[in-house]
Amino acid sequence: MNLPILSILIFFPMLGVVLITMLSRENQWVIKWTTLVVAVLEFIFSLPLWFRFDSDTAAMQFVERLSWFPSYGISYHVGIDGISLLLVLLTTFLTPICVMACWKDIQDKVKEFMICLLFLETGMIGVFCALDLFLFYIFWEVMLIPMYLLIGVWGAPARRIYAAVKFFLFTMFGSLLMLVAILVLYFYHHKVTGVYTFDLLKIYGLQIPFQMQFWMFLAFALAFAIKVPMFPFHTWLPDAHTEAPTVGSVMLAAVLLKMGTYGFIRFNMPLFPEAAWYFVPLFSVLAIIGIIYGALVCMMQIDLKRLIAFSSVSHLGFVMLGLFTYNMAGVQGGIIQMINHGLSTGALFLIVGIIYERRHTRLIAEFGGLSTPMPIYAAIFMVVALSSIGLPGLNGFVGEFLILLGAFKINKIYAILGASGVIFAACYMLWMFQRVMFGVVTNEKNRNLPDLTTREIAYLVPLLIFIVWIGIYPNTFLNKTKASTENFIARMERAKAPKVALVDVIKGDIR
Amino acid sequence: MTISIPSITLSNIGPLLTLTVAGLLLLLMDALTPKGKKGYFPYLSLIALVIAAVQTTMLWNRSGTDFARMIYVDNFAFFFYLIFLLATALTILISIKYLEDYHRNLEEYYTLLIFATIGMMLMAAGGHLILIFLGLEILSIAIYILAGLFREDIKSNEAALKYLILGAFSSAFLLFGMAMLYGATGSLFLDDLAQAIKAGVGTNPLLLFGMGLLIVGFGFKVSSVPFHMWTPDVYEGAPTSVTAFMSVGTKAAAFAAFVRIFFLVFPEIKMEWNMLLWGLAVATMTLGNVVAIAQTNIKRMLAYSSIAHAGYLLVALVAANQLGAISFLYYLVAYTLMNIGAFAIVILVARKKDNYINIYDYCGLGFQYPALAAAMSVFMFALAGIPPTAGFVGKFYVFSAAVEAGYIWLAIIGVMNSLVSVFYYLRITVLMYMRPAEAELGPVTMTPAISSAVLLTAAGVLAIGVFPGPIYELALNSVKIFVGL
Repeated sequence: MNLPILSILIFFPMLGVVLITMLSRENQWVIKWTTLVVAVLEFIFSLPLWFRFDSDTAAMQFVERLSWFPSYGISYHVGIDGISLLLVLLTTFLTPICVMACWKDIQDKVKEFMICLLFLETGMIGVFCALDLFLFYIFWEVMLIPMYLLIGVWGAPARRIYAAVKFFLFTMFGSLLMLVAILVLYFYHHKVTGVYTFDLLKIYGLQIPFQMQFWMFLAFALAFAIKVPMFPFHTWLPDAHTEAPTVGSVMLAAVLLKMGTYGFIRFNMPLFPEAAWYFVPLFSVLAIIGIIYGALVCMMQIDLKRLIAFSSVSHLGFVMLGLFTYNMAGVQGGIIQMINHGLSTGALFLIVGIIYERRHTRLIAEFGGLSTPMPIYAAIFMVVALSSIGLPGLNGFVGEFLILLGAFKINKIYAILGASGVIFAACYMLWMFQRVMFGVVTNEKNRNLPDLTTREIAYLVPLLIFIVWIGIYPNTFLNKTKASTENFIARMERAKAPKVALVDVIKGDIR
Repeated sequence: MTISIPSITLSNIGPLLTLTVAGLLLLLMDALTPKGKKGYFPYLSLIALVIAAVQTTMLWNRSGTDFARMIYVDNFAFFFYLIFLLATALTILISIKYLEDYHRNLEEYYTLLIFATIGMMLMAAGGHLILIFLGLEILSIAIYILAGLFREDIKSNEAALKYLILGAFSSAFLLFGMAMLYGATGSLFLDDLAQAIKAGVGTNPLLLFGMGLLIVGFGFKVSSVPFHMWTPDVYEGAPTSVTAFMSVGTKAAAFAAFVRIFFLVFPEIKMEWNMLLWGLAVATMTLGNVVAIAQTNIKRMLAYSSIAHAGYLLVALVAANQLGAISFLYYLVAYTLMNIGAFAIVILVARKKDNYINIYDYCGLGFQYPALAAAMSVFMFALAGIPPTAGFVGKFYVFSAAVEAGYIWLAIIGVMNSLVSVFYYLRITVLMYMRPAEAELGPVTMTPAISSAVLLTAAGVLAIGVFPGPIYELALNSVKIFVGL
């Protein structure tokens, strides 16, 4: 039986969108259930990917290829390897959780909200599956629209429009330059081979002169670095994360940011390996600045969501540090850390969303001593916070440990500086936790807050299971990505950075 | 002395004949039909347009010239015929209700639209500079009248007068340029001009001067910077339906002649005009996009946006390669659909007599009129060039052409301009979805005609955005005539 499983995954949510469009706006209950059913079915459909995935090969699997626009060399070409497998599953796993999480939260314009959410899912899965640069670009841009609407329409009233427009323009800025780079690549491929194609796997085979790699790498990297976001392109993120509705923040943190890191490992590094080596020092340093800067800024936050947003900058710095090591430990750590961050930060946003729903404030100072009225909440929060810090036995530790191991192999200073981020993480996270959860109840409004409902426990528990699972036995997941990572590293090792001065590259004086 | 009458094939100008007959017939019927029974005139014109379109498709793949080489019979012309017919048909659909609100649903309006279409077709098909000029005048005179249709409205008067005076001025430039070309080569036939330039009069100052004047003349019609000054005022003052027609039709027609002359006659001396147009393209895109940000009147905003789009089209002209020519045709189809669609929504939202044409009147529209707002969002995202719309594919082609021709900086400036444009197009969606309505503005009345126009354009924008192949093939077929590229 050869079902086009990836196409089903990409377009099934769109079917849901069509279905919801036809439902009556008044009937919120039906709309919510329809969305949930669609999201859960989508997750079930995605499970065969996991079970039928062949971990021994680095080749693309579940490949589908349809001629879409042959005279221009554009095809509908999708497929996944170990790296995208995990991210696709993360997406399908989180979407139903998000639907459940916004059950009570979203009362206004439910229909449009659910349409955006499912539309977003289509875009995200499309990005992770696309193996054609044109197709990738389409999904990459398309997914901006629902996210922009999620932030702008359902965000926190004060600054939602500012945040939404900022998010859109920042991302657009990077991706438009990437579009030019894609076109240059396309015509270069034609010049060398005589074939017009946007097919990624074919373009992988191209030998590009270093001078060109240098600029192309920068153009692609800008698009992805904004998305990750790497320091100093991170300024859109705190605004977008803070103003977005809970579910928007979860999706943004858990999946959308991964598109940036995924872009690096799928496009930037394999396409321009020499430039990728050349830029190791720059990007590693930026990643480390991100780790430390993000963590320091976290300590000063008075707003819970903003704190978590900046912690993303720090965590994604770890991922980037890992990816730029180009060795097994570092890259594997980077990939698993992408998943970890999706789970932990996603969970943190959900947890903050829960008290925001009850109190309609996100200020740390408004809380204190919540563990007394909400013991279950406190327990779950604790586990998630510790996983985010990187406590051994929970998922964060695995990723960060592997990344630091990888970084140590290439440069001890990177590892030492990076490791300080873990300590800072403990500082800001535990300090925040202490101020919010421990002590006596200082604010009367908090005294009688209800503890978690069954629904809330129901959507947090799956996250906890994976947080612990990855923490204790990460090999389940690492094995899936192993072959792909080895392939990636082998590819990177075939190339080395030429020893040329930056000035000469910019002047164009190299042979 | 013997006079030889050239052999002619009337079917080669079938669409033009149909429209001419239809236009005259409408005028005649107008005189004979009693008042109040003229409601079917727009539909008659639509039928004429459809017949002309069918004739055009039947002509497809013919090639050569006719009427003593005055008319080109080729797919390039036919492709433009179809764009013009589409633009006119859509304009008619969005006009009916709008004009009725003003009590100006005059049958002359439709006659003039049809004559304007004939003028545009002559511009696209003209093989002789005088014929192109005649086409331009037939088009322009019709538009001068249409712009001043609301004769009690002072702004409409201003628009008509401004367009008339500046238009006459630019026509003179064009004509003067043609005279120069005649002086340099001794012929006004495009074929002969191309031959002469191949034979080496390329650097004749007279020729270069003539070419420069042509750029001025066409630059005015396509509203390229620095000849764009009339655009915002005329677009704002003219009846909205006429603005829609002008922004698409006139621009397409002027570009048709522009492209044909420059790609057929002047490719040999590309070096001479390329850098000039490079500058014009950059200036046009940048000014259009930057100034559009400051507009609060939606018609003015769309006017500046149309200037910006002229800039993108100039990029394709600068690229001067086959892909550039293809991107041209595709972009014009996309632009026709998305711009007329946007103007249709402007007409709907303005309600009776253009009461609400400020962008803040769009506040809260998103949840009051979901379908309307969704359509407007499609047009805005398309104009901004965001996939999966036709606008994206159009820009994609244009910038591909620029990259292929080696103008990477031009492509970079172009995409950065689209980024700027995203800001003001996005603002409309911000207002529609993220701001509450400021006041009760009264209901929007939809009529079948305008609804079908909105539906058609929105569906078209998405359809050719997702499946750009067929239009690409047609365009590829049409630009084969430019052997010099």
